[in-house]
Amino acid sequence: MSEEWLIKGAAILGGAPSDIHLKDGVISRIGQDLDAPEATVLDAAGLIALPGLVDLHTHLREPGREDAETVETGTRAAALGGYTAVHAMANTEPVADTAGVVEQVWRLGEQAGYVDVRPVGAVTVGLLGKQLAELGAMADSAARVRVFSDDGFCVADALLMRRALEYVKALDGVIAQHAQEPRLTEGAQLNEGEVASRLGLAGWPAAAEEAIIARDCLLAAHVDAALHICHVSTAGSVEIIRWAKSKGWRVTAEVTPHHLLLTDDLAEDYDPRFKVNPPLRTHGDVAALREALQDGTIDCVATDHAPHPVEAKETEWAAAANGMTGLETALRVVQKAMVDTGLLDWAGVAMRMSARPAAIGRVSGHGHPLSEGAPANLTLYDAAAGETPVDPRTHASKSRNSPFAGMPLPGRVHATFLRGTATVLDGKVTR
Amino acid sequence: MNRHLISAGDLSRDDAILILDTAEELARVEGRAIRKLPTLRGLTVVNLFYEDSTRTRTSFEAAAKRLSADVINFSAKGSSVAKGESLKDTALTLEAMGADAVVIRHPASGAPRRLTDWVSGRVVNAGDGTHEHPTQALLDAFTIRQRLARGTDRHGQGLDGIRVTIVGDVLHSRVARSNVLLLATLGAQVTLVAPPTLMPHAVETWPCRASFDLDAELGKSDVMMMLRVQQERMTAAYFPTVREYRRRYGLDASRMALLPEHAIVMHPGPMNRGVEIAAEVADSDRSTIVAQVANGVTVRMAVLYLMLGGATEEAV
Repeated sequence: MSEEWLIKGAAILGGAPSDIHLKDGVISRIGQDLDAPEATVLDAAGLIALPGLVDLHTHLREPGREDAETVETGTRAAALGGYTAVHAMANTEPVADTAGVVEQVWRLGEQAGYVDVRPVGAVTVGLLGKQLAELGAMADSAARVRVFSDDGFCVADALLMRRALEYVKALDGVIAQHAQEPRLTEGAQLNEGEVASRLGLAGWPAAAEEAIIARDCLLAAHVDAALHICHVSTAGSVEIIRWAKSKGWRVTAEVTPHHLLLTDDLAEDYDPRFKVNPPLRTHGDVAALREALQDGTIDCVATDHAPHPVEAKETEWAAAANGMTGLETALRVVQKAMVDTGLLDWAGVAMRMSARPAAIGRVSGHGHPLSEGAPANLTLYDAAAGETPVDPRTHASKSRNSPFAGMPLPGRVHATFLRGTATVLDGKVTR
Repeated sequence: MNRHLISAGDLSRDDAILILDTAEELARVEGRAIRKLPTLRGLTVVNLFYEDSTRTRTSFEAAAKRLSADVINFSAKGSSVAKGESLKDTALTLEAMGADAVVIRHPASGAPRRLTDWVSGRVVNAGDGTHEHPTQALLDAFTIRQRLARGTDRHGQGLDGIRVTIVGDVLHSRVARSNVLLLATLGAQVTLVAPPTLMPHAVETWPCRASFDLDAELGKSDVMMMLRVQQERMTAAYFPTVREYRRRYGLDASRMALLPEHAIVMHPGPMNRGVEIAAEVADSDRSTIVAQVANGVTVRMAVLYLMLGGATEEAV
C-alpha cells in the first residue's frame, strides 16, 4: 500500500516547524514550503513530530488470555499511544518458548497492521526457571527474536542466568530480567514500607530487586554479555546500574511511566488499580528514577502494559492481579513527569522512547532520527493540548485497568504513521 | 462517628469515649430480667465471616440480638475469586437482602474497605487479614478502663498516662495495629515488644515505642497485653524454636511477679498456653481474659447502637 503524505509545519523534536514529505514508506523530504501535489496534506501546526515510539515491554496476552487483550486490540492501543513497534512479552498461554508460538504472535501483529510486533522469547521453558528454552530456534524463526525474558517471573537461579547471558551472545540477543528474588517476596503485596506496614499488607522489599540486579550485572560483566533490566523501580537499583555502567558493562535498563509518577500511598484505599509488580514505591524512588532517566542511567521508558479483565481487579487487594495498562497514556505521563518538569526536552523523549529501545531490542527500521531516507515511522503529538482526565472507557485496549483513570494528564497523540501509512489520524485509528 | 468502622484510626477521642461510656450504660442491661433493648428492631445485621471464628461471630450476634436486630449469619468459605463467589457478588447479594449493617471478617487486609464501595449499609470490620480489628481494641480499652481507671466514675475518662505493653507477633497482628491507634488516641503510652523479625517495618512512624527486650518493660507496665504466636512462624524463620520464643518473650510466673502490683494481664485469645503465656498467668487474678470476652458483647452492642440506633441516650 502506498500512501503519500505531506505533513505541514510540524515541530520536529519540538524544534522549528518543518514540512515532512512521506512517500513509498520513507521520509522523502524535509524542508520548508514543500510541494507534493499527489500527497494528502496534514496540517500539523502546533504539533510535535517524534520518531515512532518503540515499546520494549508490553503484554498482548494472545495466545491464551484474549479476554484481557488480543494482538489486534493491544496494537491498536499502541498506535493510539504513538507507538510503531512493540515487544510482546512471553508470558502467554501457551508460553512463547518455541518458534511456533513466537511466529504466531508475529503473524498476528502483521495481520493487524497497526505496529510492528516483535515477540519476546521466554528464557526458560514454561517460564519455570529450570531449563533453557530453544532460544536459537526463536531467534532464527520468522519472528527474529532478539529479546528474551521470563518477565512475570525472575530467572532466579544464578547458574541458569549465567548460562542464558552467555548463550544469547551467539544470537546477538539480550536477556531482559524481571528482578525479583522470589524468597524475599513470597506473598508480597506492596512496597515494604510505612504504608504497607500500616495497611497490613505483606511487604515487597527494595532489596529483593536490588540484589538480583547487582548479581546479574556482575554476571554480565564476567561473561561479557548484554543484560537489560526490566521495570526498574527503586533508588537503590538506580545506584547499582549507575555503578555497573561506570565500569563499562553492557547493562541497559527501562522504567515504566507509572513508576515515574505514582507512589505507594495511593494504595491507601486498597484499590487494586494501583497493584503492580514491581510495586509502586516512595517519593524518593520516583525522584531517583526521574533523575536516572534524565542522565541516561536508565536508557528508556517501557510501558509494561498489563491488561486485566474487570473481575481480576474488582476484588480484595490480595486476590487482585498485578498490572496496569499503559500504551495509550505513556507519552502523556512522560510529558507530565519529565518534560513539563523541565527534566527532558522532546529530543530527549525521542531518544528514550524510540531510539534507545529500538537499539536495545535490535529493531531495524525503527528508532531512526527523523531525516530524509529514514523509514516513515513517526508520531505527531499535541503537547499543548491542555490537561484532560484519563477515561479508560475510551481506550482501545480491551481492558480498563489504568491507574490514571480520572487523573488529568497533558497532551494528545494526533497521528501515527507506520512506514508511511497512517494508523492513527486525529486521535482515532484509521481502521 | 464515621459511617463505617474500618480502622481504629477512624475514631476520634470523643468517638472512642462515647463508645466506652455507651457500653457502660448498656452493661446495666445485663443485670435485668429481660436482657434486651428494642433499639435496632426491624434492622438487619449480617455477619459476613470468611474466617472461622465462633467467638467473635457469636459476640456480634449476641450484641445485635440484644438490641433486637434481625441477624443473618453468612459464612463464606474461601476468599479468592477462583474458589467461589467474589466479594463483590456477595456484597450485591447482601444488598438485595437489605442489610443495614455488615459485620465482616476476612483473611485479606482491606476487604472491609472494598466492601464499602458495594453496599449501602454500614460496614464494621471484625478483623481483616493483618490490618485491623477495631472492636477488639475497643473492648480492650473498655477492660483497661474498667480495671485501672482512677476514681469510681469512669464516665468521660480516657486512658491517659496508662502504660500498655503489647508483646508478640506484632508484624502479623491486626489486634496490635488497632490497639496502637486506639490507645494512643485515648492518651495511653504504648510500647511494642517483639523479636526484630516480628516487629513491623517502619514501626518508628507509629505512635508508640518499640523494644526487643521484654524484661526491661516489666517494671514499668500497667497493662501486659500478650498476643498469640503462631507455630507456623517458626518454619518461616521468624524465630528458631517455640522454646526460644517462650524463653525470651513468654509471660511466665516469674516475669509476672516483676509487674507492678496493680498491673493486669490481657490476651485477645485464643491463647497458646505455655507459649506466649503460662497457664498460671492466664488463670491468675491479674488476668482479664474472661472479662474481655464478656466486655466484647457490650462494646459491640455500643458500636451497633451508635452506628444504627442514633446517638440519643435512651432511658436504659
